[in-house]
Amino acid sequence: MAEALIPHLPCLLWWVPFLPLLAGGIIAFLPNRLGRLASRLAIGALFVACVIALAAFVCTLAPAEEGVPFRFVAPPLTWFTFGDVALKVGLVLDPLSAAMAAMVTFVALWIFIYSIGYMEKEARFGRFFGFLSLFCGAMLLVVLANSLLLLFMAWELVGLASYMLIGFYFEKPPAAAAAQKAFITTRVGDMAFFIGMIWLYRQSGTLLFYDHGNGLLESGVLTSLAGITTIGGLTVSAATALLLLVGAMGKSGQVPLHTWLPDAMEGPTPVSALIHAATMVAAGVFLVARTYPIFGIGGLQSVPLTAAAWIGGITALYAALVAMAQTDIKRILAYSTVSQLGFMMVALGTGGVAVAMFHLIAHAFFKALLFLSAGSVIHGCHEEQDIRRMGGLRAAMPKTFITYAIGMMALAGFPFVFSGFWSKEAILHGAMNWPGGYGPFLLTVAAALLTAFYMTRQALLVFYGVARQPGVHHPHESSSIMLVPLYVLAAGAVLLAIVGTPAWPWFEEWIKGEAATCHPGALVKPDALKLIGLSLVIVTLGVGASWQVYRNVSGDSAAPDPMAGKLAGIWKFLEQAMGFDALYEKTIIGPLAFCAGAVDALERQIFVPLMAVGESCIKRFGRWTGVSDEKGLNDGFDSLCCGLQNRADSASRSQAGKPQGYLRAIGLGMSVLLILYFWLSA
Amino acid sequence: MTPLPLLLTLSSLLFTLGLFAVLTRRNVILILVGIELMLNAANINFIAFWRYGPPDPDLIGPMFVLFSIAIAAAEAAVGLAIILMVFRHTRSTDLNRLDSLHG
Repeated sequence: MAEALIPHLPCLLWWVPFLPLLAGGIIAFLPNRLGRLASRLAIGALFVACVIALAAFVCTLAPAEEGVPFRFVAPPLTWFTFGDVALKVGLVLDPLSAAMAAMVTFVALWIFIYSIGYMEKEARFGRFFGFLSLFCGAMLLVVLANSLLLLFMAWELVGLASYMLIGFYFEKPPAAAAAQKAFITTRVGDMAFFIGMIWLYRQSGTLLFYDHGNGLLESGVLTSLAGITTIGGLTVSAATALLLLVGAMGKSGQVPLHTWLPDAMEGPTPVSALIHAATMVAAGVFLVARTYPIFGIGGLQSVPLTAAAWIGGITALYAALVAMAQTDIKRILAYSTVSQLGFMMVALGTGGVAVAMFHLIAHAFFKALLFLSAGSVIHGCHEEQDIRRMGGLRAAMPKTFITYAIGMMALAGFPFVFSGFWSKEAILHGAMNWPGGYGPFLLTVAAALLTAFYMTRQALLVFYGVARQPGVHHPHESSSIMLVPLYVLAAGAVLLAIVGTPAWPWFEEWIKGEAATCHPGALVKPDALKLIGLSLVIVTLGVGASWQVYRNVSGDSAAPDPMAGKLAGIWKFLEQAMGFDALYEKTIIGPLAFCAGAVDALERQIFVPLMAVGESCIKRFGRWTGVSDEKGLNDGFDSLCCGLQNRADSASRSQAGKPQGYLRAIGLGMSVLLILYFWLSA
Repeated sequence: MTPLPLLLTLSSLLFTLGLFAVLTRRNVILILVGIELMLNAANINFIAFWRYGPPDPDLIGPMFVLFSIAIAAAEAAVGLAIILMVFRHTRSTDLNRLDSLHG
């Protein structure tokens, strides 16, 4: 079947991103009352895209030859020629993009279906689906692009769509502010990305990734990039890779550019699921995975990979610490995403693309599941998001509870049957064997421990114990259109475990282009046993500690958190996310506001008084001339003036103060002049 | 046949559309949008004549357009700022209400 499909790939592949983009474009012109039609259009387009993406995925299963991954490069199209420079864009299909495209379309499809139920009472229902389609199409273009430029353009489209979706409830000031924050913060990273891209183009003369040996990621260009040394003793490849990494940090919410991600929770819950699972934040990790050959020059200890490993480790631990102290159900999940993205960066820095991609895809499934389950909880609790006011919801929403528990156990890394366990194990394995030291390894171990702790805390506070007072009244289970996507994603979160165990590392070998082999012996090697033991200890410790603390929480929803008493000041610090927002307020927003204030003061304090002095001089002169006129003039002049005034009045009536009227007169006059001109010159 | 006539038709359509918006819209923001359309129509003309006119190794046409795009961006920024201030002052973006300069 794969052989039959390959000849059709060049044209089929373009449809994957363009169908959702097209649907988004059409929906933009549909009136509001056709919301139902809009949702069907969006889901239909994404469904077809999903089928094509899965077919393309099947094509990549057979490697061309042992050790070389399947790679199909669609013939690049010349976008435009400028002087003697031709800019080309194209698509590429390899295991990396095929896995991402299949995951994005599949997960997003279920999020779309869930949205029908979640947004049913929304007035701007159709517009919501238009934005979702645009978001997905842009992400698919990021994934399939064979040119850094095309990737960058799609990357910006993703940013735009996220801005519109986070600010979907734009009449709420926090949502509008969160949308701006997301846009501006990621822009800081995009600037670095852009500079890196221009630098790469200047040095290599191409932006195509693969171009029959002349592409950016192929050995010829890579060797030349590695040969040039620039500022600080870095090679050009390392410097540009660092710039691309900053871009990825902005999009993937790595410290210190992470502050927008928790605030992005102001958007509707399906949007949070989409941002955190399939689109947007995955784009940053994907960018590093795509340009990994540039990062990897110089082996695992190259400067950009070391930077990625450390930034990832710090982010993972930081976000896990902050997630412990949050009380908003979606904010906890948001910080857990930041933390898991840190894991992926560690994986890229220490273990390679395959490890990071497996965690990315496993994470996409269970995080989408967790967010949609959280959305179901919020929906059932009449838009309540504070977990202190919930409790005992297991009885009221048993189905949501089960799916939520599966997602939570996958995220916390419960042993053996959950994908999250094996993906995290692979990351720890890579970090432990990293030649650059134990720093990232220890950071990720600590983060994994805290992950088990805070996820258990959340599950206990929401679903166990008694319903706390004051709290929610009559929580109810959600409708089946919202529950079915939960079942599907839950199945995915579990089943994915099959392809990622050390006994049958199909996924890893597929990405690397090797034939998958079964080696059950790998499970009982001392190396693997040590890690599995470590993972077990981590999960048991985290869950056990959390169970001890949160088993019997008081029934009063205003009571302080049991941990708050033990940690006192530190808890407060964690609650405020370690003061990053306040820090930025002081160091960036403060000085900017100060400059604006200074300019304002200059205007008011200096220019306005200066003008006042001039004004009073002129007034005095006017009064003097007025008095002399009064004395020197006679009635004849007055009557002349009266006549003049009457004329002026009638003339001034045409001066209506309406610029469009003037414009029309000008347009008319110009037309007459033009006609005269042509008539005379003819 | 060169697509030059087609491009010129497109740009004149765009220009007319923009002019129509400027002359008939009441909302100041939409008038600004119309102005942008007219600017872009001019840009298309520049590019079309550069592409299908006599060969021009100095890229004068595209350079002109690059500057025009930069100026258009600045114009939009200043225009929107002015509209924002006017809106704060009068609580309206209706151009017909802003007639305090009438005779």
